[in-house]
Amino acid sequence: MYRPSRRPARRQPTLSVALAVASSLAGIAIVQAQDVAASVRQAERTRVTTIAKASQAAVAIFAGDAGGGSGVLVSPDGYALTNFHVVQPAGVAMKCGLADGRLYDAVLVGLDPTGDVALVKLLGRDDFPFAELADSDLVEVGDFCFAAGNPFLLATDFQPSISAGIVSGVHRYQFPAGTILEYADCLQVDAAINPGNSGGALFDARGHVIGVNGRASFEKRGRVNVGVGYAISANQLRNFLGFLKGGRLVDHATLGATVATAEDGRVMVSDILESSDAYRRGLRYDDEIVSLAGRNVRTVNAFKNVLGTLPAGWRVPLVFRRGGRRMEILVRLAGVHRQAELAKVVAGENPAGKERGPDESPESDKEGERKEAMPPLPEAIRGLYASRSGFTNHHFNLVERDRVALALARRADVGGRRGTWRLAGRLASGEPFRIELSDTKGVIDLPTGTSTVDATGELDANPSPPGSGGMLAALLLWRRLLLDGPQQLGRTDYWGTQPLDPMALGEFSSPVMIDVLETAVAGIEAHVAVAADGAVTRIDLWTAPDADPCEVVLASPAPAAGLADGVPGRIDVRHGDKAFGTFIIEETVFDPEPAEREAVPAGGGTS
Amino acid sequence: MRVLTAAVAMVVGFSLSPAFTLAPSAVAAAPGETIAAAARKVVKLYGAGGVRGLEAYQSGILVSPDGRIVTVMSTVLDADEVTCVLDDGRRYPATLVGVDPRRELAVLSIGGEDLPAFVLDEADPVPLGTRILALSNLFGVAVGDERVSAQHGVIAGLVPLEARRGAYEAPYRGDVYILDCTTNNPGSPGGALVDWRGRLVGMLGKELRATSTGVWLNYALPVAEVARGASEIVSGAVSQPASAAVVAFDPAAIGVVFVPDVLDKTPPFIESTRVGSAAAKAGLVPDDLVVAVNGRAVSSRSAVREAVGRLGNGDPVRLTVIRGGAIVECDLGPKPPAAGTP
Repeated sequence: MYRPSRRPARRQPTLSVALAVASSLAGIAIVQAQDVAASVRQAERTRVTTIAKASQAAVAIFAGDAGGGSGVLVSPDGYALTNFHVVQPAGVAMKCGLADGRLYDAVLVGLDPTGDVALVKLLGRDDFPFAELADSDLVEVGDFCFAAGNPFLLATDFQPSISAGIVSGVHRYQFPAGTILEYADCLQVDAAINPGNSGGALFDARGHVIGVNGRASFEKRGRVNVGVGYAISANQLRNFLGFLKGGRLVDHATLGATVATAEDGRVMVSDILESSDAYRRGLRYDDEIVSLAGRNVRTVNAFKNVLGTLPAGWRVPLVFRRGGRRMEILVRLAGVHRQAELAKVVAGENPAGKERGPDESPESDKEGERKEAMPPLPEAIRGLYASRSGFTNHHFNLVERDRVALALARRADVGGRRGTWRLAGRLASGEPFRIELSDTKGVIDLPTGTSTVDATGELDANPSPPGSGGMLAALLLWRRLLLDGPQQLGRTDYWGTQPLDPMALGEFSSPVMIDVLETAVAGIEAHVAVAADGAVTRIDLWTAPDADPCEVVLASPAPAAGLADGVPGRIDVRHGDKAFGTFIIEETVFDPEPAEREAVPAGGGTS
Repeated sequence: MRVLTAAVAMVVGFSLSPAFTLAPSAVAAAPGETIAAAARKVVKLYGAGGVRGLEAYQSGILVSPDGRIVTVMSTVLDADEVTCVLDDGRRYPATLVGVDPRRELAVLSIGGEDLPAFVLDEADPVPLGTRILALSNLFGVAVGDERVSAQHGVIAGLVPLEARRGAYEAPYRGDVYILDCTTNNPGSPGGALVDWRGRLVGMLGKELRATSTGVWLNYALPVAEVARGASEIVSGAVSQPASAAVVAFDPAAIGVVFVPDVLDKTPPFIESTRVGSAAAKAGLVPDDLVVAVNGRAVSSRSAVREAVGRLGNGDPVRLTVIRGGAIVECDLGPKPPAAGTP
């Protein structure tokens, strides 16, 4: 391991040289140290300390002959953010240098080719220095900022170069330049951003990460800084981080509608797909867009800015106006690209990328099932990489899925509950209901009648009860997930994170996120949201693509309800624009063994 | 050694960069507030261009509440309609009031009232080392109500401009501020250079290189020159909008008659000089071939007209001629005012 000698005492000569240079450059008279106000000297010390600390989290990425760039550590277990275009030539394994002078092995975890973001994991420590992600919506033009990175790959000793400047612009939109790479809602800085700075962090005065530098306007002078750099905002990075950690090949979002500026400056829907969720929720041609995801939309750029920071699959609030009427809807965003398109971009001019291209076997999550063309993985990342279609590195999907599985298992103590689950209570109207869930069937008794679903067959055939979109299927899925865990449930992957409360987007720029599992089993597809405490809080279940899902929201019971642990106190079911029903649970019974099939009268909750 | 260099660069960077932690007395306002206030007086201009190397946009500064705008004279203004977009996104058609070909300034008007505007005063130059902020729509990155870009730096020099771009040579030879931030970008010309109190210090210049070194220059025309140029344009002392390009000079005004202009590039042979004229007094005689105007090579009759046209009224005119195989310099005294025809 390369380990250069460290930190000789040289502060005095450095400072005096600097002062001399500064004075000669700017014509400022040399000031005696004692003439400088204590507050100024204190500020200088703070700044030096801040930069020194931030430098510890800076990563110098080396992609062999293909070049390299920069990155920034964002967690003590070694996750580091960088640019897609930095790691693309490196393949799945790379070497990363830190300011401690050591070189670490790193493995590729997740890619967002559209947003030019990549997540890698440095190996060998669980106490890496790291930097916090700031709230980049609070950044203002004129704010001090500095970049720490590896411009021109100068950092042969892994010490990052620092360039300082001010924030020149916020919420900038940069068109895709001949590729799908789009810089939406980015920060513009006049700190020097040169080739090699790509992927490194842009820090604020506190040393928190406000963005990842990735692009600069270059022109007649060639590829050198002209005082115009762009950084991907920390808030966009935060939105995608869960997906990247899950080893995904991440996609960006589309509303399924295009917008244009009207003569009077309003942003109007200029085209809309009838298959889009926005259309089903009521958005139409010529509607005026007011806000998206809680942010005001006054220009087409602003619309693209907001959309460009959102992952495919999120639901976000959309406010629009039609004939003076203001309407607010929750819209589920679709993906911009097909997975094959993204895989093609990743493959690009990159032989390493081609090898992790589409793999037809969905179960090839084990090392050794890779294509024969794949060269042997470097020793350092053996067991930390698995190829699978739609993923950058499926190994890390298993890591995240198992993390959620552990939380689920800790929360729901299902020992002795392998038999029929019986839930009973009252609807919002006060009328009684009864639900029965077992390995063989799901039954619901409602005032309007009884519905039954065969739990052993396909669940998409007959979404029951009628009008719910598949409530019984969702509850059967919930039971199987708690009993058997995600590993045993059809094909279940870690999906990513989504806001706990989409309606709060925009109110808090750091929304509370919740883990989501994605499952495909028995003809249905579902997203299952799992809180940090292991509680399943929401299930969205599709019986057909491009149709409205059945949305089941499970709320924790009041402590006084006396219900068994892991049982929701209330279930709300929606389908499309309609609320199907609210189910307030009063009693639960769990039969210990699946053999018991006889109906047991509701009542007398067990624990 | 490399580490040492990096450390020096870092500390220098900070010594020169805006000290956001300076004592309150040292800075009137936080840079963010200064930028926000000053950016309201900077406009985005859109006109002709869009071909390679010639952008169709530039910046401008509001200098009166009724919508008078100063910007650089450029091909962007060679459009039937120049569109002006204010900081708040309002769009106006701009009409050309006039140009100052020597300083390469143009004054536009958009009408309007109660608009935020800079004060144009004939202030003394600011000292070297003064911290400045450059506000412009570089690379056209800001559209609609998006704010123009802000860059920071210091005044690094105040020197006479000697600049060109390709064959084109900047006619202005007066002092300009040299900046240590990169303002030589598409869209930047016409932007505002302000100090940390938001006071207008100068106007960002065109995309030009230093004549002697070929280095792209980051420079700004001092506010006093901007003020003089704008005032001359508004008072009609300099040329009118119809002639946005350099006003060709009629050599008859100095008593020179060239051979008839029959070719695309008729060589500028002198046919005769008017008796008692500046040309005669300077010793010009028939068959002299003019090869340079004030040291700048010319190869045709029209080039002479243009080269003299670029000079300011009252500037000394010096012709270099070839006479019988020898080079002869002839000083014709000050350029007579506005005798030219376009």
